[in-house]
Amino acid sequence: MIPALILLVMLVAALFAPLIAPHSPIDGVLTERNLPPVWYAEGSTKYLLGTDPVGRDILSRVIYGTRISLTVAGIVLAAGAVGGTVLGMVSGYFGGLIDEAIQRFVEFEIAVPFILVALVVVVVLGQSLTVIVMLLIVFSWGGFTRQVRGETLQLKTRDYVAAARIAGAGSASIIYKHIWPGVINTVMVIASLRVGTLIITESVLSFLGVGIPPPTPAWGLMVAEGRQYIASAWWITFFPGVAIFLTVLAFNFLGDWLRDRLDPRLRQQL
Amino acid sequence: MLRYIARRVVLALLVLVSATVFLFVLSRAAGDPRFLYMNETTNQEEWEAWGRKMGLDRPIVVQFWSWFTKALRGDFGSSLWFKRDSFEIVRERVPATLQLAGSAFAFTMIVAIPLGVLSAVRRGSPWDYVGRVFALMGQSMPGFWVGIVLIMLFAVQLELLPTGRRGDWSSYILPTITLGWFPAAGMLRLVRSSMLEILDSEFIKLARAKGVSQRGIIWKHAFRNALIAPLTYASLLMAGLVTGAVVTETVFAWPGLGRLGVQAVNNNDFPLMSAVVVLTAVVYIIANLFVDIAYVMIDPRIKLT
Repeated sequence: MIPALILLVMLVAALFAPLIAPHSPIDGVLTERNLPPVWYAEGSTKYLLGTDPVGRDILSRVIYGTRISLTVAGIVLAAGAVGGTVLGMVSGYFGGLIDEAIQRFVEFEIAVPFILVALVVVVVLGQSLTVIVMLLIVFSWGGFTRQVRGETLQLKTRDYVAAARIAGAGSASIIYKHIWPGVINTVMVIASLRVGTLIITESVLSFLGVGIPPPTPAWGLMVAEGRQYIASAWWITFFPGVAIFLTVLAFNFLGDWLRDRLDPRLRQQL
Repeated sequence: MLRYIARRVVLALLVLVSATVFLFVLSRAAGDPRFLYMNETTNQEEWEAWGRKMGLDRPIVVQFWSWFTKALRGDFGSSLWFKRDSFEIVRERVPATLQLAGSAFAFTMIVAIPLGVLSAVRRGSPWDYVGRVFALMGQSMPGFWVGIVLIMLFAVQLELLPTGRRGDWSSYILPTITLGWFPAAGMLRLVRSSMLEILDSEFIKLARAKGVSQRGIIWKHAFRNALIAPLTYASLLMAGLVTGAVVTETVFAWPGLGRLGVQAVNNNDFPLMSAVVVLTAVVYIIANLFVDIAYVMIDPRIKLT
């Protein structure tokens, strides 16, 4: 119940950020730097969660940050799930050389720590949102591909698949009509369990200065910006972190719940 | 069995070689490597002399081979920032990272296994509750934020522990928790769920019917079998430790490989970066290889494919 409420709040914040946020997330008032939250004597009701070193409203930045996190997670997940699932079905259904090639690719993806790849790629190609999103997409295929391939291998031995083939259905139509409906639950569960990880990964990259470039209000970036002020202005770092924590927590609950409902067999694996 | 091991070794080598090819292609995609060394006094002759020295006039395959054989000998060129041999710098940083990772690994095992078993055996008790909250928090909080909040609390406010930098044993506490919490959370969940499943299985009921003591059932019959599922987690755990080390070392100004990698990125120091990446990848891939092999040795039901 509470997780659903958190997700609802996040979604509303992301959709209506310009209406809800009291201030601009980018432009600050330099005379009102490092103001504490409202419950401090020096705090003001103008800035409920205080301001950062360039006088920007923390609350507004946290609200706009919802957009960044949810958009990145949404795009990556959609592209990752579709790409990974297609690869998994093709790999499992056709077997042979295609299967080998895809499996080697997946093994490579799993065998190399993502963070290293991200760091190297950013040194070479520079820091940009597109680069990070592309990288996250390519590195999210593996989990989907493995699981979907396994299920496809089982599904394709079913009688109804054989019947469809005898009736003259082509491979593409069998995959679409008979395999896909059988793997969709698994895909949903993996996807929902991945959202949290994705949001954390994006925030880690932004925190390290290789993710989303400033002055975009990305939560990870905000935590990094407040790091040197933790002794004097803890709120700058603290609140964006709380936002990450609550969002990821809510998605993890959702993922567990979906798994138990749709595909309890995955309990041992995910 | 031997065939399986051989296959795994070949695969590990393949991954390593592809990783180096990937790195080399990226380094060339970044543009002429001479740009890295160029400054305002560089003239045409120097430029061409560098080209000959670095072998840029030769075919790309030859260039790769010479880069690759040098890398095998640990020669990645000198760091652009520190003006010293990259591999030397990397080697100096290894112990700090290994100590931190080792202590985080110990933390993971010491916390996750007993707490996981306890929360399965006493399902619904306060222990179960503690275990589940610990796991949920660990999986939902970003490591860098955990580190910073711990510093705020224990170093800045309470002044109990140092804010970072490697020193005596007390400087290990906060980084260890920061790095270990996330893997411990995943481990705890797996131990708990596989323990629950096994406690519910037929052979445990049989052991109970035969009159085996509760302690014997838990530790001798259930626990041993329940440990197999978390073992699959070992490779994920390692990936978590690598990412976590980069983050934790950055937060605590820990003089290890992870922080060095981030510094290399910020200084656009490609030679140093490649040394960090290749060394980490080698360690990581070898460790994964051992996990894969250990796994089939422990659980004979695994298909050797």
